[in-house]
Amino acid sequence: MLDRLRFVPARLLQSVPVVFGVTVVVFFMVHLLPGNPALTILGQTATPDRVAALNTQLGLDKPLVDQYFIFLGRLFRGSLGDSLTYQRPVLELVLQAIPITLSLLVFALVLSLVISVPLAALAATAPGRGRDLAVRVFTLLGQGMPQFWVGIMLILLLGVKLRLFPVGGYGMTFGEHPYYLFLPALTLAIAMSPTTIRSLRASTINVLGSDYVGTARSKGAAGVSLFRGHVLRNAAIPTVSIIGVNLGYLVGGSLVIEKVFAIPGLGSLMINAIFTRDFPTIQAVALFVALFVIVVGILTDVVYTLIDPRVDLSSKERA
Amino acid sequence: MSQGSSDVISSTGIAPADEPASTAELSRGGVPLLSVQDLSIGVRLPGGRTVSIVEGVSFDVDPGQRMGIVGESGSGKSLTLRAVAGLLPKPVEVLSGRVEYGGTDLLTMPAKRRRALMGPEIAMIFQEPMSALNPVMRVGDQIAEGPRRHLGLSAKEAGELAVSMMARTGIPDPVRRARAYPHELSGGLRQRIMIAMAVSCGPRLLLCDEPTTALDVTVQLQVLRLLERLCADTGTSLVFVTHDLAVVNQTCSELAVMYAGNIVESGRVKEVFRQPRHPYTRGLLESAPDFDRPDRELVPIPGFPPNVADRPSGCPFAPRCGYVRDHCRQSMPPLAEVAPGRQAACFESSRLTEVLA
Repeated sequence: MLDRLRFVPARLLQSVPVVFGVTVVVFFMVHLLPGNPALTILGQTATPDRVAALNTQLGLDKPLVDQYFIFLGRLFRGSLGDSLTYQRPVLELVLQAIPITLSLLVFALVLSLVISVPLAALAATAPGRGRDLAVRVFTLLGQGMPQFWVGIMLILLLGVKLRLFPVGGYGMTFGEHPYYLFLPALTLAIAMSPTTIRSLRASTINVLGSDYVGTARSKGAAGVSLFRGHVLRNAAIPTVSIIGVNLGYLVGGSLVIEKVFAIPGLGSLMINAIFTRDFPTIQAVALFVALFVIVVGILTDVVYTLIDPRVDLSSKERA
Repeated sequence: MSQGSSDVISSTGIAPADEPASTAELSRGGVPLLSVQDLSIGVRLPGGRTVSIVEGVSFDVDPGQRMGIVGESGSGKSLTLRAVAGLLPKPVEVLSGRVEYGGTDLLTMPAKRRRALMGPEIAMIFQEPMSALNPVMRVGDQIAEGPRRHLGLSAKEAGELAVSMMARTGIPDPVRRARAYPHELSGGLRQRIMIAMAVSCGPRLLLCDEPTTALDVTVQLQVLRLLERLCADTGTSLVFVTHDLAVVNQTCSELAVMYAGNIVESGRVKEVFRQPRHPYTRGLLESAPDFDRPDRELVPIPGFPPNVADRPSGCPFAPRCGYVRDHCRQSMPPLAEVAPGRQAACFESSRLTEVLA
């Protein structure tokens, strides 16, 4: 089993050039943004002289390519520079925000599985019948509604009207975090579950018609024991890769949702940084999001390998 | 095998129903272990119309008896077997008839009671061991699943039983192989795993759906020998569905030939092979190569089996039959006794008296 996970170190090594490419794209795209950080910091009334002076101080008057290599050189020394707005090391800001965003994403993933697995099972066991249609309507709605709108509606209904959940923030203590994160996580889960349900429904129907489920039935398996013992793991195999891809998109969604729910995660940091043209912070967040997507990709392959004994990515890479 | 019920097919209804399938009753002389009566299988279309794929099939299997059901693809042989196991693929269902096991109708039995029989009483072996084994579960665990559920064994005991079952089916190094996944084993080993799984709870009736079709001929013979030995050791009855006449000859004592959803001929294997009394059986035998007589000319059966949704009136074999007369096209010949222990569904059966072998 562990033998088949030999591909992981090689995969990590492969991600180095990818990260390098990401720095290039991120750096130059950020500097294509119109506007000037010095102007933002000093305000609209600043004189051109003072703006020019601050530009020199921040190193923004140098040619872009030079600036990139300065950025890269710092990166190798483990520094992402200082935030232009907060006057603090960017790394500090990012490391503060990452656990918040990460727990939001994990919470959203768990919730989406809690929603998806039973709904997919309900739909797949009666294709074309009432409950299948109901689930299909849900997936259509879930896919059709914009995430930020779902978030606002959940705030209005469960936060303002029923007062079940706080309308924003992250909570003060460790015990409060899940309570505060529930609504934003649910919002993301609703956005994520339709694709999961569709994929899981289709693969479950497939698995239910397979010969080995017939074999299991001929051994007297039925209901929950059949589903848990033979159906779920097989049906999950194609869905795992779909969830992996979706998690990448989910990060993008979480950036917006954090803003809606006033959660001090990477998203809020990123959006504020964009508005203030805080280049080092934008670069840092983008870099970490890219790293996250790469890690999710590797994790997806690991999970894939663990649930399907036929998968051996290590041997394919040697070939 | 009891003398009084050695007829494979019985046209008369047998055994009072609604009695529990107790061991005492099963061992009582004269009561067939499995009695399929007038079984029709098909699809109900919206609007109340039905298309039947299997029409009014009846046969009995006595304790310890080994019966083969032969026919070409689409003859309904596999569906008949699956109906007995309760594993018909949707939307196919039993339209009418009874499937009695030890005198109790399986079809009207509560689903839970019927499932309790699957494993300790009735077990099934499928055609393709690769697709019939769960690809993400260790084979030892798959064998142990039934004993854990039905015999109340602990995981450890069931695991040990699985290993001993694997040893019994001739799998070398069973302790190590029990931890293998299906894709890590050869076709022959996989089918042995299937067999070990099927016999793990000591069933009295083993249903085999072309278990050797996916195997090499050499492995095929080993697997057949194994099945034969296991059944003989434990007195297990066998229903063996195949399109391969040679396989039936090697394994079974009784034979039923199916064509277009009907049993067209039945009897003891040796007698049917020696002197087929239905033109279709004869056609099957003449179209299959015989290594004992390599110079014999092979005679194919012209045409194709009818579409079940659009059966010809009269005998379904009439359009392909060399013995056909006008009345064959008008009405369906019933399955009738043509000789002691022999039945054929053919009006012209008396013209087929030639001895082949």
